[in-house]
Amino acid sequence: MNAKKTPWLDFEKPIVELEERIRTLEDSASLRGLDVSDEVTRLRTRVKTLGKEIFDNLDAWQRVQLARHPRRPTTNDYIERVFDNFVELHGDRQFRDDPAIVGGLAWLGDRRLVVIGHQKGRDTKSNIHRNFGMANPEGYRKALRLMQLAAATGRPIVTFIDTPGAYPGIGAEERGQGEAIARNLREMAGLPVPIIVFVMGEGGSGGALAIGVGDRVYMLENSIYSVISPEGCAAILWRDRAKAQEAAKAMKITAQDALRLGAIDAVLDEPTGGSHRDYAASAATVRARIEADLDLLEAMAPRDLLDARLAKFLAMGIFHEKKSDE
Amino acid sequence: MSWLTQAKKGIQAITTQKKEIPDNLWSKCPSCGDVLYHRELSRSLWVCSSCEHHLRISTDQYLDLLLDEGSWHETHRGITSVDPLGFKDSKRYEDRIKASLKKTGRDDAVVVGRGEIDHVPVGLAVMDFDFMGGSMGSVVGEKLARMLQDCVKERTAAIILSRSGGARMQESLLSLMQMAKTSAMLNRLREEAVPFVSIITNPTTGGVTASYAQLGDVIMAEPGALIGFAGPRVIQQTINSELPEGFQSSEFLLEHGMLDMIVHRKDLKSRLAEVLHWFVDGRDISERQPFRG
Repeated sequence: MNAKKTPWLDFEKPIVELEERIRTLEDSASLRGLDVSDEVTRLRTRVKTLGKEIFDNLDAWQRVQLARHPRRPTTNDYIERVFDNFVELHGDRQFRDDPAIVGGLAWLGDRRLVVIGHQKGRDTKSNIHRNFGMANPEGYRKALRLMQLAAATGRPIVTFIDTPGAYPGIGAEERGQGEAIARNLREMAGLPVPIIVFVMGEGGSGGALAIGVGDRVYMLENSIYSVISPEGCAAILWRDRAKAQEAAKAMKITAQDALRLGAIDAVLDEPTGGSHRDYAASAATVRARIEADLDLLEAMAPRDLLDARLAKFLAMGIFHEKKSDE
Repeated sequence: MSWLTQAKKGIQAITTQKKEIPDNLWSKCPSCGDVLYHRELSRSLWVCSSCEHHLRISTDQYLDLLLDEGSWHETHRGITSVDPLGFKDSKRYEDRIKASLKKTGRDDAVVVGRGEIDHVPVGLAVMDFDFMGGSMGSVVGEKLARMLQDCVKERTAAIILSRSGGARMQESLLSLMQMAKTSAMLNRLREEAVPFVSIITNPTTGGVTASYAQLGDVIMAEPGALIGFAGPRVIQQTINSELPEGFQSSEFLLEHGMLDMIVHRKDLKSRLAEVLHWFVDGRDISERQPFRG
């Protein structure tokens, strides 16, 4: 990607500009042999406090913007940094290969795994190729094929979620978008190998959940997860897509909200400013989590693992119950 | 007396509750615009005599239509929606819940229970479109999961009749998780060789299509129902062109292999009974060994 062309968000500009000033100062100082270390230290402290000020108080819409940041690491960025080796596999063996979902064989230390994730593009061309990370039924069917391969070979599964939603198109409906998602939900509940899910970007609707039924479900600090995109919700409930900011707020779309609602296991910290500011650090967080979880999950008998997975999802939901007549 | 005549009698029982239907009471068919007299409609199970359009009927009418007389026992009552997100659009979610409770007299958008279909015991759930568009939030997911758990415990077949706009936006992520919850329970039914029949009626879209509605061992749909994942308006806006004739109708789904059969409302009970008898071979599945594939 051309980094210079990729825009920064308004609220992160002050930090980016300050960092730019530090670089310019250091460059010109070294050219002229001047000592500017005091000034640089002062500016660095300022970057830190400013970063804290801005990023400790993000509102729902700012989180949405970070989750969709054009610089945000995608599934392939994580795969490259989290795993020691990766061989991509293609196709659902029925219709076609869907570039909106990538998956394949991965190595992590002594372990072999299956890794799957939604894949967005970086620019217009690659986004068109990836369909903006919106999968068609064949994408979910490819994912299922790979997950079943994991089950057949006893390898754990790691998935990365980053999609605005399943693609709403004529072909998608003809080929059974609903059926493809539904089948994945049911089958994932029955795969007798550990499944670890990372929502690292946008978790949009059933299209996200279709690779999201796991023993552990995490969200990166600035990712989002909701039943429908803020724009979709705004279009239906407010009859105006421009009300997406209100919809994002109303839907409690952030990782911190998801944790409070009991829908995920934990929120994983991102580097200050978001995971796009430091790919390596974000990948290291994910890798550490996979290793720690697999030590526990691989020790469980398959039946116990499946019972616990079912119990985890059965416990989701908040309602009132009158003391019973049954 | 055959079960079909029983069913017809059941329907009449509902309408007689409202006393006699006056001769002059009529509606226009929402599909072809023909004038339909209610007295006639109640005899035709609310199917238009001119164009076969299946008008929406109440949950009670479905229970009467599908179940053997007197066999219904509603379970898991008293579970109601709260407002976990503090959600407000043009109205507060709390107020929408209150209005729907008042309008339908039901706890939420689904009723679950036990009954018998041609003497085969079943767990049955009927969704109610009048309760917030039949949308699935925490309550719908919980009641369905409990009904399915009962089916596993009691080893009876499960039936869900869907009509729903999908996952309920006002509970956002919690609604989304109900898709995983119900589908995960259906995996348990599979493991335990408990059959599941899905009946899809007009309209069924979104998260309900993308979970249990499409997961039946056998999937039936009423004629002419709108069934899809994305709503037609969303698709039209995305692709920016006209949708093909009959797109997302039951007939379209059957043609594309997403349904087993389209069943006229008057035949719904007999086809269900036929299929159930195949699954239970006899009148009881309690002695069948689970299939471990």
